Amino acid sequence: MKQMTATGSSVKEAVDSALAELRTTEDRVDVEILDEGRKGFLGFGAKPSIVKVTKKKDLEEETVAYIQNVAAQMGLTVSVDTKRKNREIYADISGEDIARLIGKRGQTLNALQYLTQMAVNNSAEQLMSVTLDAEGYRERRRETLKQLAERKAEQALVRQQQVKLEPMPSYERKIIHAALQRNRRVETDSAGKDPNRSVVIRPVQ
Amino acid sequence: MKELLETMITPLIEYPEYLNIDVKEEPDKAVYHVIVHQDDVGRVIGKNGRVAKSIRTVVYAANRDKTRKVYVDIM
Repeated sequence: MKQMTATGSSVKEAVDSALAELRTTEDRVDVEILDEGRKGFLGFGAKPSIVKVTKKKDLEEETVAYIQNVAAQMGLTVSVDTKRKNREIYADISGEDIARLIGKRGQTLNALQYLTQMAVNNSAEQLMSVTLDAEGYRERRRETLKQLAERKAEQALVRQQQVKLEPMPSYERKIIHAALQRNRRVETDSAGKDPNRSVVIRPVQ
Repeated sequence: MKELLETMITPLIEYPEYLNIDVKEEPDKAVYHVIVHQDDVGRVIGKNGRVAKSIRTVVYAANRDKTRKVYVDIM
């Protein structure tokens, strides 16, 4: 149940009874007062307070549900831990056979991440960004990309010509740019249009 | 596979009651026709087909029968 109307001899009492019924707490609901009610005198002219209590959509819960439902249909049982920071939801997935959920170079994980973000935003009031990770994949990938950046920068310097990397999503390109930012012998740029945008490393003349 | 598509798509759209998935099974391939309400077509395809592409990526990952290719059409 997501919403209910409750009555009580005061607004507080009406809200409390609704919270008990919805099995939730006050910070997780929106309260609309339909009738303030009246105390009356010696039981005459008293009117009950009426409130409408609506459970706020829990976006973290939705994130977990979406991931678990999709994974279940792929035959995978996973557990999901979420953290929320303002408009960012970070979800860490773990379970058996997680490699199937990550896919080659994380393409399945990235696809699921995008779909989860779209699903969450379909019911969110403000634009949320959703990041999925699976058993430390993002961190491992970050290390791989840093090493790749160094290697390709070296290559650009040796050959004295620009080196183009394979297409990557924006957050992966960002890791490459950041890794080479302090290297004064090369400069980096991105070329092409998403989803085929890729980093270009050039030796500084 | 049909259930997977329903699970993925239902939370993305405004009119889930119009969602319909037709399956054409052939020996070497299976074709899934995803039909949604006119106003939801954009949500299932996405900017530059990004949602459709993501749906296909997950479907391919879920397909374990490598002798049979899976296609997803959205209309």
